[in-house]
Amino acid sequence: MSSAEYTPQELMVVAAAREIADGELVFVGMRLPLLAFGLAKRTHAPSAIGIFENGLVRDHVPPPDLYTMSDAPNVCDGAWATGLVDVMQLLQRGDVNLGFIGGAEVDRFGNINTSVIGSADAPQVKLPGSGGGADIACLAQRLVSLMEHDRRRLRERVDFITSPGYGDGTPDWRQRQGLVRGGPSAVITTLGVLRFDPSSHEAFLASYHPFTSPTEVQANTGWSLQLDEDCAPTPPPTPDELRLIREADPHGFWTR
Amino acid sequence: MSLEEALQRFVPNGASVVMGTALEALIPFAAGHALIRQRKKDLELIGPISDMLFDQLIGAGLVRRVTAAWVGNVSAGLGHNYRRAVEHRIPRSLELEEHSNFSVGLGLLAAAMGVPYLPTRTLLGSDLGLRNRRIAAAPESGLMHVQAIEPDVAILHVQRADAEGHAHCWGNLGITREAGLAARSVILTAEEVVPSDVILSDPNRILLPPHRVSAVVHAPFGAHPSPVQGCYGRDHAAFSEYHRMSRDREGYLQWLQEWVLDVPNLEVYCRKLGKRLDALRPTRARLAAPVDYA
Repeated sequence: MSSAEYTPQELMVVAAAREIADGELVFVGMRLPLLAFGLAKRTHAPSAIGIFENGLVRDHVPPPDLYTMSDAPNVCDGAWATGLVDVMQLLQRGDVNLGFIGGAEVDRFGNINTSVIGSADAPQVKLPGSGGGADIACLAQRLVSLMEHDRRRLRERVDFITSPGYGDGTPDWRQRQGLVRGGPSAVITTLGVLRFDPSSHEAFLASYHPFTSPTEVQANTGWSLQLDEDCAPTPPPTPDELRLIREADPHGFWTR
Repeated sequence: MSLEEALQRFVPNGASVVMGTALEALIPFAAGHALIRQRKKDLELIGPISDMLFDQLIGAGLVRRVTAAWVGNVSAGLGHNYRRAVEHRIPRSLELEEHSNFSVGLGLLAAAMGVPYLPTRTLLGSDLGLRNRRIAAAPESGLMHVQAIEPDVAILHVQRADAEGHAHCWGNLGITREAGLAARSVILTAEEVVPSDVILSDPNRILLPPHRVSAVVHAPFGAHPSPVQGCYGRDHAAFSEYHRMSRDREGYLQWLQEWVLDVPNLEVYCRKLGKRLDALRPTRARLAAPVDYA
Protein backbone atom coordinates (compact mmCIF):
# COMPACT_ATOMS: atom_id res chain seq x y z
CA MET A 1 0.00 0.00 0.00
CA SER A 2 1.52 3.33 -0.99
CA SER A 3 1.71 6.26 1.43
CA ALA A 4 -0.77 8.25 -0.70
CA GLU A 5 -3.43 5.79 0.41
CA TYR A 6 -3.31 6.68 4.10
CA THR A 7 -2.62 9.77 6.20
CA PRO A 8 0.18 10.14 8.77
CA GLN A 9 -2.54 10.16 11.45
CA GLU A 10 -3.91 6.84 10.25
CA LEU A 11 -0.43 5.35 10.42
CA MET A 12 -0.05 6.78 13.96
CA VAL A 13 -3.30 5.08 14.98
CA VAL A 14 -2.02 1.76 13.63
CA ALA A 15 1.35 2.18 15.35
CA ALA A 16 -0.39 3.07 18.63
CA ALA A 17 -2.74 0.07 18.36
CA ARG A 18 0.28 -2.22 18.00
CA GLU A 19 1.55 -1.03 21.39
CA ILE A 20 -1.52 -2.62 23.02
CA ALA A 21 -1.18 -6.31 23.93
CA ASP A 22 -4.22 -8.52 24.32
CA GLY A 23 -5.71 -8.48 27.81
CA GLU A 24 -4.03 -5.25 28.86
CA LEU A 25 -5.63 -2.43 30.83
CA VAL A 26 -5.17 0.71 28.79
CA PHE A 27 -5.67 4.28 29.98
CA VAL A 28 -7.02 5.57 26.71
CA GLY A 29 -7.37 9.34 26.52
CA MET A 30 -8.80 11.08 23.49
CA ARG A 31 -8.21 11.62 19.80
CA LEU A 32 -5.88 9.15 18.08
CA PRO A 33 -5.41 6.83 21.13
CA LEU A 34 -9.17 6.34 21.32
CA LEU A 35 -9.14 5.16 17.71
CA ALA A 36 -6.07 3.01 18.43
CA PHE A 37 -7.83 1.30 21.34
CA GLY A 38 -10.84 0.46 19.16
CA LEU A 39 -8.60 -0.80 16.36
CA ALA A 40 -6.57 -3.01 18.72
CA LYS A 41 -9.77 -4.48 20.16
CA ARG A 42 -11.07 -5.30 16.68
CA THR A 43 -7.78 -6.92 15.60
CA HIS A 44 -5.08 -8.41 17.81
CA ALA A 45 -6.24 -7.39 21.31
CA PRO A 46 -9.95 -8.28 21.68
CA SER A 47 -9.65 -8.60 25.47
CA ALA A 48 -8.01 -5.23 26.09
CA ILE A 49 -9.89 -3.04 28.58
CA GLY A 50 -10.06 0.72 28.19
CA ILE A 51 -10.11 3.23 31.04
CA PHE A 52 -11.22 6.84 30.56
CA GLU A 53 -10.40 9.53 33.10
CA ASN A 54 -13.94 10.91 33.13
CA GLY A 55 -14.82 7.75 35.09
CA LEU A 56 -15.48 5.07 32.48
CA VAL A 57 -14.20 1.56 31.93
CA ARG A 58 -15.03 -0.17 28.63
CA ASP A 59 -14.50 -3.75 27.61
CA HIS A 60 -16.54 -3.33 24.41
CA VAL A 61 -15.25 -1.61 21.27
CA PRO A 62 -15.99 2.15 21.50
CA PRO A 63 -18.77 3.38 19.19
CA PRO A 64 -17.76 5.31 16.05
CA ASP A 65 -17.58 9.07 15.56
CA LEU A 66 -16.68 10.16 19.09
CA TYR A 67 -15.49 13.74 19.56
CA THR A 68 -14.88 13.36 23.29
CA MET A 69 -14.69 10.44 25.73
CA SER A 70 -17.84 11.78 27.42
CA ASP A 71 -20.03 11.65 24.30
CA ALA A 72 -23.14 9.76 25.39
CA PRO A 73 -22.57 6.67 23.15
CA ASN A 74 -19.24 5.97 24.89
CA VAL A 75 -21.11 5.36 28.16
CA CYS A 76 -23.56 2.86 26.60
CA ASP A 77 -22.42 -0.75 27.16
CA GLY A 78 -19.79 0.55 29.57
CA ALA A 79 -18.19 -1.93 31.96
CA TRP A 80 -18.15 0.68 34.77
CA ALA A 81 -19.52 4.22 34.85
CA THR A 82 -18.15 5.95 37.92
CA GLY A 83 -16.01 8.91 38.92
CA LEU A 84 -12.51 10.12 38.12
CA VAL A 85 -10.99 9.30 41.51
CA ASP A 86 -12.11 5.66 41.16
CA VAL A 87 -10.32 5.16 37.84
CA MET A 88 -7.27 7.12 39.02
CA GLN A 89 -7.09 4.68 41.95
CA LEU A 90 -6.72 1.83 39.45
CA LEU A 91 -3.87 3.77 37.89
CA GLN A 92 -2.19 4.58 41.21
CA ARG A 93 -2.34 1.01 42.49
CA GLY A 94 -0.56 -0.23 39.37
CA ASP A 95 -3.39 -1.98 37.51
CA VAL A 96 -2.86 -0.05 34.27
CA ASN A 97 -0.42 -1.59 31.79
CA LEU A 98 -0.31 1.20 29.25
CA GLY A 99 -1.29 4.85 29.16
CA PHE A 100 -1.52 7.17 26.16
CA ILE A 101 -1.12 10.94 26.14
CA GLY A 102 -0.78 13.64 23.55
CA GLY A 103 1.83 16.30 23.98
CA ALA A 104 2.90 19.68 22.76
CA GLU A 105 6.61 19.05 23.38
CA VAL A 106 8.75 16.04 24.28
CA ASP A 107 12.46 15.91 24.99
CA ARG A 108 15.20 13.31 24.44
CA PHE A 109 14.45 11.68 27.81
CA GLY A 110 10.71 11.47 27.14
CA ASN A 111 9.58 14.30 29.44
CA ILE A 112 6.41 15.95 28.15
CA ASN A 113 5.38 19.57 28.36
CA THR A 114 1.74 20.53 27.96
CA SER A 115 1.88 23.56 30.28
CA VAL A 116 3.84 26.46 28.85
CA ILE A 117 6.23 27.48 26.08
CA GLY A 118 8.77 29.97 27.35
CA SER A 119 9.07 30.83 31.02
CA ALA A 120 6.26 29.83 33.37
CA ASP A 121 6.21 33.37 34.77
CA ALA A 122 6.06 35.09 31.37
CA PRO A 123 4.74 32.53 28.90
CA GLN A 124 5.17 32.88 25.15
CA VAL A 125 2.35 30.37 24.70
CA LYS A 126 0.11 29.17 27.50
CA LEU A 127 -0.84 25.57 26.77
CA PRO A 128 -3.99 23.99 28.23
CA GLY A 129 -2.22 22.00 30.97
CA SER A 130 -1.88 18.45 32.24
CA GLY A 131 -5.44 17.16 32.26
CA GLY A 132 -4.79 13.57 33.30
CA GLY A 133 -1.47 13.46 31.43
CA ALA A 134 0.81 13.87 34.44
CA ASP A 135 -1.14 11.19 36.33
CA ILE A 136 -0.76 8.72 33.48
CA ALA A 137 2.96 9.51 33.03
CA CYS A 138 3.61 9.03 36.77
CA LEU A 139 1.50 5.97 37.40
CA ALA A 140 1.03 3.73 34.32
CA GLN A 141 3.39 0.79 33.78
CA ARG A 142 4.25 2.05 30.27
CA LEU A 143 3.66 5.40 28.58
CA VAL A 144 3.17 6.06 24.87
CA SER A 145 2.83 9.65 23.67
CA LEU A 146 1.68 10.88 20.29
CA MET A 147 2.56 14.17 18.66
CA GLU A 148 3.37 16.09 15.54
CA HIS A 149 7.03 15.76 14.55
CA ASP A 150 8.66 19.19 14.42
CA ARG A 151 12.01 20.57 15.64
CA ARG A 152 10.18 22.94 17.94
CA ARG A 153 8.25 20.07 19.50
CA LEU A 154 10.97 17.42 19.83
CA ARG A 155 13.48 19.31 21.92
CA GLU A 156 16.75 18.68 23.75
CA ARG A 157 15.06 19.75 27.02
CA VAL A 158 11.47 20.86 27.49
CA ASP A 159 10.78 24.22 29.21
CA PHE A 160 8.55 22.59 31.77
CA ILE A 161 8.05 18.95 32.79
CA THR A 162 4.30 18.49 33.03
CA SER A 163 4.40 14.70 32.65
CA PRO A 164 7.68 13.12 33.73
CA GLY A 165 9.59 10.71 31.51
CA TYR A 166 13.15 9.83 32.52
CA GLY A 167 13.94 13.31 33.88
CA ASP A 168 17.57 14.25 33.21
CA GLY A 169 18.33 10.71 32.05
CA THR A 170 20.55 9.87 35.03
CA PRO A 171 20.21 6.31 36.35
CA ASP A 172 17.22 5.75 38.63
CA TRP A 173 15.89 9.30 38.16
CA ARG A 174 12.27 8.10 38.42
CA GLN A 175 12.99 6.04 41.55
CA ARG A 176 14.65 9.06 43.14
CA GLN A 177 11.49 11.10 42.57
CA GLY A 178 9.56 8.38 44.38
CA LEU A 179 7.92 6.95 41.27
CA VAL A 180 7.53 3.22 41.77
CA ARG A 181 7.08 2.17 38.14
CA GLY A 182 6.67 3.28 34.59
CA GLY A 183 8.33 5.55 32.12
CA PRO A 184 7.97 6.19 28.39
CA SER A 185 8.17 3.20 26.08
CA ALA A 186 7.47 4.97 22.78
CA VAL A 187 6.82 8.35 21.18
CA ILE A 188 4.74 8.00 18.03
CA THR A 189 5.02 11.02 15.75
CA THR A 190 3.84 12.08 12.32
CA LEU A 191 7.25 10.92 10.99
CA GLY A 192 8.30 7.88 13.00
CA VAL A 193 8.37 5.86 16.20
CA LEU A 194 10.94 6.65 18.90
CA ARG A 195 11.88 4.23 21.66
CA PHE A 196 14.16 4.55 24.68
CA ASP A 197 17.54 3.01 25.37
CA PRO A 198 17.17 0.95 28.57
CA SER A 199 20.44 2.15 30.08
CA SER A 200 20.84 5.76 28.85
CA HIS A 201 17.06 6.42 28.74
CA GLU A 202 17.64 8.45 25.59
CA ALA A 203 15.09 8.31 22.76
CA PHE A 204 16.27 6.78 19.49
CA LEU A 205 14.53 6.32 16.15
CA ALA A 206 13.09 2.80 16.03
CA SER A 207 11.21 3.21 12.73
CA TYR A 208 10.49 5.96 10.24
CA HIS A 209 7.22 6.24 8.35
CA PRO A 210 7.39 4.99 4.73
CA PHE A 211 6.84 8.47 3.25
CA THR A 212 9.93 9.92 5.00
CA SER A 213 13.56 8.97 5.66
CA PRO A 214 15.83 8.74 8.71
CA THR A 215 17.66 11.86 7.51
CA GLU A 216 14.43 13.84 7.28
CA VAL A 217 13.36 12.65 10.74
CA GLN A 218 16.74 13.63 12.20
CA ALA A 219 16.55 17.04 10.52
CA ASN A 220 13.17 17.64 12.18
CA THR A 221 14.34 16.66 15.65
CA GLY A 222 15.77 19.18 18.10
CA TRP A 223 18.62 16.98 19.30
CA SER A 224 21.07 14.64 17.60
CA LEU A 225 18.66 11.72 17.25
CA GLN A 226 20.38 8.32 17.15
CA LEU A 227 19.10 5.54 14.90
CA ASP A 228 18.38 2.02 16.03
CA GLU A 229 20.68 -0.39 14.23
CA ASP A 230 17.53 -2.15 13.01
CA CYS A 231 15.79 1.12 12.08
CA ALA A 232 13.33 0.31 9.27
CA PRO A 233 10.18 1.77 7.78
CA THR A 234 7.12 1.62 10.04
CA PRO A 235 4.87 -1.17 8.71
CA PRO A 236 2.03 0.60 6.86
CA PRO A 237 -1.64 0.03 7.67
CA THR A 238 -3.22 -3.05 6.13
CA PRO A 239 -6.41 -2.53 4.09
CA ASP A 240 -8.36 -4.07 6.97
CA GLU A 241 -6.83 -1.72 9.52
CA LEU A 242 -7.61 1.29 7.33
CA ARG A 243 -11.19 0.16 6.89
CA LEU A 244 -11.63 -0.21 10.66
CA ILE A 245 -10.10 3.22 11.35
CA ARG A 246 -12.39 4.86 8.78
CA GLU A 247 -15.42 3.14 10.28
CA ALA A 248 -14.47 4.56 13.67
CA ASP A 249 -13.70 8.06 12.31
CA PRO A 250 -16.17 8.24 9.39
CA HIS A 251 -15.77 11.97 8.80
CA GLY A 252 -12.00 11.88 9.19
CA PHE A 253 -12.28 14.41 12.03
CA TRP A 254 -9.15 13.06 13.74
CA THR A 255 -7.30 11.32 10.92
CA ARG A 256 -7.71 13.50 7.82
CA MET B 1 -35.86 28.99 42.85
CA SER B 2 -34.81 30.52 39.55
CA LEU B 3 -31.28 30.13 38.27
CA GLU B 4 -30.73 33.86 38.62
CA GLU B 5 -31.93 33.89 42.25
CA ALA B 6 -29.76 30.91 43.17
CA LEU B 7 -26.65 32.52 41.70
CA GLN B 8 -27.41 35.85 43.36
CA ARG B 9 -27.79 34.17 46.71
CA PHE B 10 -24.94 31.64 46.67
CA VAL B 11 -22.27 33.13 44.39
CA PRO B 12 -21.05 36.44 45.81
CA ASN B 13 -18.28 38.39 44.13
CA GLY B 14 -14.92 36.79 44.97
CA ALA B 15 -16.45 33.33 45.46
CA SER B 16 -14.64 30.11 44.55
CA VAL B 17 -16.86 28.06 42.24
CA VAL B 18 -16.36 24.45 41.15
CA MET B 19 -18.01 23.65 37.79
CA GLY B 20 -17.62 21.27 34.88
CA THR B 21 -16.95 18.41 37.27
CA ALA B 22 -18.03 15.57 34.94
CA LEU B 23 -15.35 16.61 32.41
CA GLU B 24 -16.87 16.94 28.91
CA ALA B 25 -20.44 16.07 30.00
CA LEU B 26 -22.99 17.91 32.18
CA ILE B 27 -21.18 21.26 32.05
CA PRO B 28 -23.46 23.95 33.56
CA PHE B 29 -23.22 26.42 30.68
CA ALA B 30 -26.57 28.08 31.49
CA ALA B 31 -25.33 28.91 34.98
CA GLY B 32 -22.02 30.17 33.59
CA HIS B 33 -23.77 32.47 31.14
CA ALA B 34 -26.07 33.77 33.90
CA LEU B 35 -22.97 34.56 36.02
CA ILE B 36 -21.70 36.69 33.12
CA ARG B 37 -25.03 38.53 32.86
CA GLN B 38 -24.95 39.17 36.62
CA ARG B 39 -21.51 40.80 36.13
CA LYS B 40 -19.85 38.81 38.90
CA LYS B 41 -16.35 39.89 39.86
CA ASP B 42 -13.13 38.20 40.96
CA LEU B 43 -14.32 34.60 40.89
CA GLU B 44 -12.04 31.64 41.42
CA LEU B 45 -12.96 28.81 39.04
CA ILE B 46 -12.17 25.27 40.13
CA GLY B 47 -12.45 22.21 37.92
CA PRO B 48 -10.64 19.29 36.31
CA ILE B 49 -10.68 20.08 32.60
CA SER B 50 -12.95 22.78 31.32
CA ASP B 51 -14.36 22.18 27.88
CA MET B 52 -14.87 25.82 26.82
CA LEU B 53 -16.87 27.17 29.81
CA PHE B 54 -13.90 28.54 31.79
CA ASP B 55 -12.56 30.15 28.60
CA GLN B 56 -15.88 31.98 28.14
CA LEU B 57 -15.92 33.27 31.72
CA ILE B 58 -12.25 34.31 31.58
CA GLY B 59 -12.90 36.32 28.40
CA ALA B 60 -15.84 38.08 30.08
CA GLY B 61 -13.50 39.34 32.82
CA LEU B 62 -15.19 37.61 35.78
CA VAL B 63 -12.26 35.49 36.80
CA ARG B 64 -9.40 36.29 39.17
CA ARG B 65 -8.00 32.81 39.68
CA VAL B 66 -8.17 29.42 37.95
CA THR B 67 -7.55 26.18 39.87
CA ALA B 68 -7.69 23.48 37.22
CA ALA B 69 -5.89 20.71 35.36
CA TRP B 70 -6.68 21.86 31.82
CA VAL B 71 -8.39 24.82 30.21
CA GLY B 72 -9.29 24.72 26.52
CA ASN B 73 -11.68 23.23 23.99
CA VAL B 74 -11.51 19.45 23.83
CA SER B 75 -12.50 18.92 20.18
CA ALA B 76 -11.10 22.21 18.80
CA GLY B 77 -7.88 23.02 20.66
CA LEU B 78 -6.41 25.78 22.81
CA GLY B 79 -8.53 28.24 24.77
CA HIS B 80 -7.99 31.61 23.11
CA ASN B 81 -9.27 33.70 26.02
CA TYR B 82 -7.22 31.67 28.49
CA ARG B 83 -4.13 32.35 26.36
CA ARG B 84 -4.88 36.08 26.03
CA ALA B 85 -5.37 36.40 29.79
CA VAL B 86 -2.22 34.52 30.80
CA GLU B 87 0.04 35.80 28.03
CA HIS B 88 -1.21 39.40 27.67
CA ARG B 89 -3.46 40.06 30.70
CA ILE B 90 -6.44 40.60 28.40
CA PRO B 91 -9.04 41.35 29.69
CA ARG B 92 -7.21 41.00 33.02
CA SER B 93 -4.43 39.00 34.67
CA LEU B 94 -5.12 35.54 36.09
CA GLU B 95 -3.68 33.71 39.05
CA LEU B 96 -3.13 30.07 38.16
CA GLU B 97 -3.08 27.04 40.41
CA GLU B 98 -2.29 24.27 37.94
CA HIS B 99 -3.16 20.69 38.82
CA SER B 100 -3.52 17.28 37.25
CA ASN B 101 -7.01 15.80 37.08
CA PHE B 102 -6.18 13.42 39.93
CA SER B 103 -4.80 16.17 42.19
CA VAL B 104 -7.92 18.37 41.73
CA GLY B 105 -10.04 15.32 42.59
CA LEU B 106 -7.90 14.51 45.64
CA GLY B 107 -8.02 18.12 46.88
CA LEU B 108 -11.82 18.09 46.74
CA LEU B 109 -11.95 14.60 48.26
CA ALA B 110 -9.78 15.79 51.17
CA ALA B 111 -12.25 18.61 51.82
CA ALA B 112 -15.14 16.16 51.43
CA MET B 113 -13.51 13.88 54.02
CA GLY B 114 -12.72 16.72 56.40
CA VAL B 115 -8.95 16.16 56.36
CA PRO B 116 -6.27 18.79 55.60
CA TYR B 117 -4.58 16.82 52.81
CA LEU B 118 -4.38 13.45 51.07
CA PRO B 119 -1.18 11.62 50.08
CA THR B 120 -0.63 10.40 46.53
CA ARG B 121 2.00 9.04 44.17
CA THR B 122 0.96 11.28 41.34
CA LEU B 123 2.94 14.40 40.32
CA LEU B 124 6.23 13.06 41.76
CA GLY B 125 8.84 14.34 39.29
CA SER B 126 6.42 16.80 37.64
CA ASP B 127 7.19 20.54 37.68
CA LEU B 128 3.51 21.15 38.52
CA GLY B 129 4.30 20.37 42.15
CA LEU B 130 6.98 23.10 42.24
CA ARG B 131 4.55 25.88 41.37
CA ASN B 132 1.39 24.88 43.21
CA ARG B 133 1.11 25.84 46.87
CA ARG B 134 -1.41 23.09 47.52
CA ILE B 135 0.91 20.30 46.32
CA ALA B 136 4.10 19.48 48.23
CA ALA B 137 6.47 16.53 48.50
CA ALA B 138 6.51 14.92 51.93
CA PRO B 139 10.08 13.64 52.37
CA GLU B 140 9.24 11.34 55.29
CA SER B 141 6.73 9.31 53.23
CA GLY B 142 8.15 9.90 49.75
CA LEU B 143 4.63 10.90 48.62
CA MET B 144 3.00 14.09 47.43
CA HIS B 145 0.47 15.74 49.72
CA VAL B 146 -2.47 17.52 48.09
CA GLN B 147 -4.12 20.02 50.40
CA ALA B 148 -7.88 20.20 50.70
CA ILE B 149 -9.78 22.35 48.20
CA GLU B 150 -13.01 23.66 49.75
CA PRO B 151 -14.98 25.67 47.18
CA ASP B 152 -17.56 28.21 48.31
CA VAL B 153 -20.05 26.74 45.89
CA ALA B 154 -20.45 23.81 43.51
CA ILE B 155 -22.68 24.21 40.46
CA LEU B 156 -23.60 20.73 39.24
CA HIS B 157 -25.85 19.79 36.35
CA VAL B 158 -27.98 16.63 36.72
CA GLN B 159 -30.64 14.81 34.72
CA ARG B 160 -33.37 15.02 37.36
CA ALA B 161 -33.94 16.27 40.89
CA ASP B 162 -36.78 16.88 43.28
CA ALA B 163 -37.40 20.18 45.01
CA GLU B 164 -35.75 18.92 48.23
CA GLY B 165 -32.37 18.31 46.63
CA HIS B 166 -32.43 14.57 45.96
CA ALA B 167 -31.01 14.11 42.48
CA HIS B 168 -30.25 11.38 39.98
CA CYS B 169 -27.18 11.75 37.85
CA TRP B 170 -25.80 9.12 35.49
CA GLY B 171 -23.13 8.60 32.90
CA ASN B 172 -19.51 9.46 33.67
CA LEU B 173 -19.36 11.48 36.89
CA GLY B 174 -15.80 12.83 36.89
CA ILE B 175 -15.36 14.57 40.26
CA THR B 176 -19.01 15.54 40.68
CA ARG B 177 -19.55 13.65 43.95
CA GLU B 178 -16.30 14.94 45.48
CA ALA B 179 -17.17 18.52 44.49
CA GLY B 180 -20.69 18.25 45.93
CA LEU B 181 -19.36 16.90 49.22
CA ALA B 182 -16.53 19.45 49.44
CA ALA B 183 -18.32 22.72 48.65
CA ARG B 184 -19.94 24.94 51.28
CA SER B 185 -23.04 25.33 49.07
CA VAL B 186 -24.33 23.25 46.17
CA ILE B 187 -26.56 24.51 43.36
CA LEU B 188 -28.09 21.77 41.24
CA THR B 189 -29.28 22.68 37.76
CA ALA B 190 -31.60 19.93 36.55
CA GLU B 191 -32.98 18.92 33.18
CA GLU B 192 -36.17 17.86 34.98
CA VAL B 193 -37.65 18.59 38.38
CA VAL B 194 -39.71 15.55 39.36
CA PRO B 195 -41.74 14.35 42.36
CA SER B 196 -39.64 12.96 45.22
CA ASP B 197 -40.94 9.42 44.83
CA VAL B 198 -39.29 9.19 41.38
CA ILE B 199 -35.89 9.92 42.89
CA LEU B 200 -36.38 7.92 46.08
CA SER B 201 -37.39 4.86 44.04
CA ASP B 202 -33.70 4.40 43.17
CA PRO B 203 -31.55 5.57 46.11
CA ASN B 204 -28.30 4.03 44.80
CA ARG B 205 -28.37 6.51 41.92
CA ILE B 206 -28.75 9.58 44.16
CA LEU B 207 -25.80 11.93 43.80
CA LEU B 208 -25.61 13.54 47.25
CA PRO B 209 -27.40 13.45 50.58
CA PRO B 210 -30.04 16.20 50.55
CA HIS B 211 -28.51 18.27 53.37
CA ARG B 212 -25.58 19.08 51.04
CA VAL B 213 -27.83 20.73 48.45
CA SER B 214 -28.63 24.44 48.82
CA ALA B 215 -30.74 25.06 45.72
CA VAL B 216 -32.42 23.12 42.91
CA VAL B 217 -33.01 24.95 39.67
CA HIS B 218 -35.02 23.72 36.69
CA ALA B 219 -32.72 24.20 33.68
CA PRO B 220 -33.71 22.15 30.61
CA PHE B 221 -30.82 22.16 28.10
CA GLY B 222 -28.84 23.91 30.84
CA ALA B 223 -25.69 21.99 29.85
CA HIS B 224 -25.92 22.70 26.10
CA PRO B 225 -23.64 22.39 24.13
CA SER B 226 -22.11 19.69 26.37
CA PRO B 227 -23.83 16.28 26.40
CA VAL B 228 -26.28 14.97 29.02
CA GLN B 229 -26.69 11.19 29.07
CA GLY B 230 -30.20 10.20 28.04
CA CYS B 231 -31.23 13.78 27.22
CA TYR B 232 -29.06 15.19 24.41
CA GLY B 233 -25.74 14.69 22.67
CA ARG B 234 -22.82 17.09 22.38
CA ASP B 235 -23.33 19.95 19.94
CA HIS B 236 -19.88 19.68 18.36
CA ALA B 237 -20.53 22.56 15.96
CA ALA B 238 -21.02 24.98 18.87
CA PHE B 239 -17.54 24.13 20.14
CA SER B 240 -15.90 24.69 16.75
CA GLU B 241 -17.91 27.87 16.11
CA TYR B 242 -16.86 29.32 19.46
CA HIS B 243 -13.25 28.32 18.82
CA ARG B 244 -13.27 30.11 15.48
CA MET B 245 -15.09 33.20 16.76
CA SER B 246 -12.93 33.61 19.87
CA ARG B 247 -9.64 33.52 17.96
CA ASP B 248 -9.41 37.30 18.34
CA ARG B 249 -10.85 39.51 21.06
CA GLU B 250 -13.32 41.26 18.75
CA GLY B 251 -14.76 37.96 17.56
CA TYR B 252 -15.12 36.76 21.14
CA LEU B 253 -16.95 39.95 22.13
CA GLN B 254 -19.29 39.48 19.19
CA TRP B 255 -19.94 35.87 20.30
CA LEU B 256 -20.52 37.08 23.88
CA GLN B 257 -23.01 39.71 22.77
CA GLU B 258 -24.97 37.35 20.56
CA TRP B 259 -25.07 34.24 22.78
CA VAL B 260 -24.93 35.65 26.33
CA LEU B 261 -25.58 39.37 26.74
CA ASP B 262 -28.42 39.66 24.24
CA VAL B 263 -30.04 36.50 25.63
CA PRO B 264 -31.88 37.28 28.88
CA ASN B 265 -32.30 33.68 30.10
CA LEU B 266 -32.13 29.98 29.28
CA GLU B 267 -35.63 29.90 27.80
CA VAL B 268 -34.75 32.52 25.19
CA TYR B 269 -31.44 30.76 24.54
CA CYS B 270 -33.31 27.51 23.76
CA ARG B 271 -35.79 29.34 21.52
CA LYS B 272 -32.88 30.91 19.66
CA LEU B 273 -31.40 27.45 19.02
CA GLY B 274 -34.79 26.04 17.98
CA LYS B 275 -34.62 22.91 15.87
CA ARG B 276 -30.89 22.60 16.42
CA LEU B 277 -31.70 21.32 19.92
CA ASP B 278 -34.19 18.73 18.65
CA ALA B 279 -31.48 17.29 16.43
CA LEU B 280 -29.37 16.57 19.52
CA ARG B 281 -32.02 14.36 21.14
CA PRO B 282 -31.25 10.61 21.14
CA THR B 283 -32.95 8.76 18.30
CA ARG B 284 -33.84 5.78 20.48
CA ALA B 285 -34.08 5.00 24.19
CA ARG B 286 -31.43 2.97 25.99
CA LEU B 287 -33.32 2.01 29.15
CA ALA B 288 -31.57 0.16 31.96
CA ALA B 289 -33.29 -2.92 33.34
CA PRO B 290 -35.48 -2.04 36.33
CA VAL B 291 -34.04 -2.64 39.80
CA ASP B 292 -36.17 -4.23 42.54
CA TYR B 293 -35.53 -2.79 46.01
CA ALA B 294 -38.25 -4.90 47.71
